[in-house]
Amino acid sequence: MGNSPAVIETSGLSKRFRGGQLAVNGLDLTVPRGSVFGFLGPNGSGKTTTIRMLMGLIEPTSGTARLLGSPMPKAARAVLPRVGALIEGPALYGFLSGRDNLLRYDAADPTADPRTRTARVGAALDRVGLTAAAGKKARAYSLGMKQRLGLASALLQQRELLVLDEPTNGLDPQGMREIRSLIRELAEDGTTVFLSSHLLDEIEQVCSHAAVMNQGRLVVQGEVAELAANARGRLVVTTPDTGAAARLLKERGIADVAVAGEDRVSSELPPDEMELADLNAELVRAGVRVRGFTAERASLEDAFVALTGEGFDVAG
Amino acid sequence: MSRAEVVEAPRRDPEPGPARRPGVLWSLGLFRSELVTVLRRWRTLALLVVLAAVPILIGIAVKVDTGGRGGGGGGGEGGPAFLTQITNNGLFLVFAALAATLPVFLPMAVGVVAGDAVAGEAGSGTLRYLLVAPAGRTRLLLAKYVSVLAFCAIATLVVAVSALAVGALLFPLGEVTTISGTQISFADGLLRAVAIAGVVAVSLSGMAALGLFISTLTNSGIAAMATTIGLLITVQILGQIPQLHAIGPYLFPHYWLSFADVLRQPVYWDQLVKNFELQALYVAVFGSAAWARFTTKDITA
Repeated sequence: MGNSPAVIETSGLSKRFRGGQLAVNGLDLTVPRGSVFGFLGPNGSGKTTTIRMLMGLIEPTSGTARLLGSPMPKAARAVLPRVGALIEGPALYGFLSGRDNLLRYDAADPTADPRTRTARVGAALDRVGLTAAAGKKARAYSLGMKQRLGLASALLQQRELLVLDEPTNGLDPQGMREIRSLIRELAEDGTTVFLSSHLLDEIEQVCSHAAVMNQGRLVVQGEVAELAANARGRLVVTTPDTGAAARLLKERGIADVAVAGEDRVSSELPPDEMELADLNAELVRAGVRVRGFTAERASLEDAFVALTGEGFDVAG
Repeated sequence: MSRAEVVEAPRRDPEPGPARRPGVLWSLGLFRSELVTVLRRWRTLALLVVLAAVPILIGIAVKVDTGGRGGGGGGGEGGPAFLTQITNNGLFLVFAALAATLPVFLPMAVGVVAGDAVAGEAGSGTLRYLLVAPAGRTRLLLAKYVSVLAFCAIATLVVAVSALAVGALLFPLGEVTTISGTQISFADGLLRAVAIAGVVAVSLSGMAALGLFISTLTNSGIAAMATTIGLLITVQILGQIPQLHAIGPYLFPHYWLSFADVLRQPVYWDQLVKNFELQALYVAVFGSAAWARFTTKDITA
């Protein structure tokens, strides 16, 4: 895909937990350098287990994982200082202040220079907008503030790769926007971002590439634009005369016509040779009171449904 | 809805930055951070306060008890060691307080700190962030063990210093009569008190390793603490059963009270050395077990 070597590369990566349950099943994942990579999947699809294997926290049952070109978990001490991570939500020492939490995490990194520690912690706090609350005990933080502090701990050093597991969890819409623009900013600086989420529109807004997991398997991976292109858009007509509109669309040979609710008729987009404006005029001529006539672009969600034939629900 | 652009524009490669090599001194940062984190918990402070209160209680009890009678008797065998000499010399409160806290209070405090060391961090999730920092599993375990040992020393010192202060306040100080019956100067006695505190702290190292091992087995700090302290109590009971005297010498508290031998003239080393050997054995066995467990464990919390 990319011309530079992959930042994350797994082959046949599998994890079977002691209960016999196969959490991750033969994963072949390639994350190109410089991408913002969305890692999608319903809750329980194996995303977090994959991330834990990538970070050397759990040992794969079989298969290999390479992070920044080095095998994990063997090269953990050489590779992980160049990787910032937020895994399954932030974890903090409630009895320490936000700043002291970061000082502690930074002290755990043997490659972190203690002489620049205070300055780097200050910069990380500033970056996530927590400077004002830095002296407060982490116990008193709201979920959103904890999430920001967790992000700050991933930003203590210049990183080549950021692995962010559900980074906007618990944030209000304003906070979500801030974090997303922070992610874009980091990506522009050249950091590869591996972003796990179950929110499709989040992935769509910030990611250049995406992979979809379901029940421990990789369903698809590629560029977001490509993935979305696989799904066709839909035509939506808003009108009180749903019956008449649906009949006319069917007569014109348009597939998958469905009445949705009181005043919506949707269908597949007509073939390219059919001019949408003509279709609209025809509806009006037939006495259909057209209030809205839109060709909706395919979203990643449509792509997902098209690819998996499934909804996006919690795996059983 | 805006779609993410597939940015193919040339990107600045992240700056490689100065080669970051771990320095030896930098590694001490983790140990210092460990110890500071342990000491900043209210729980730890509460434990230390309780430990400091023991000599105060003993001192007041002895003062009240002997207040009417004046200088107490010489060598009463009943009650804890050294208790009877306190009225003659406040320094003996140090020995009495250590003898009183060593069987239960001190190891209990160590059990709390050691049991919580890994399991508590696993339970709160902070362990995974330390490991991806990356602290390194062996390095982190070592830092944890050293900080537990430091806590052993601090806890012992708290008892000793509190006892010395109370002893000096309530009772006269002066020349020390050793267990052998000879007299040594107060300065020499003070030196021996320091030595005894050292011996007591070392006596706790086996228990600390055991606690740390148990701590690697679970993700619940409370469970690890309870198991460690439960084990301590069990071992103390087993040591009291005459029918089990065969296993006695292998139980970690067996030689604990040998620290009194420092007060002989000359110092009687036999039991002290056996104590050190036994503690070293426990540290080796449970230290390796903890290492084997922790370096291969899946961190799922």
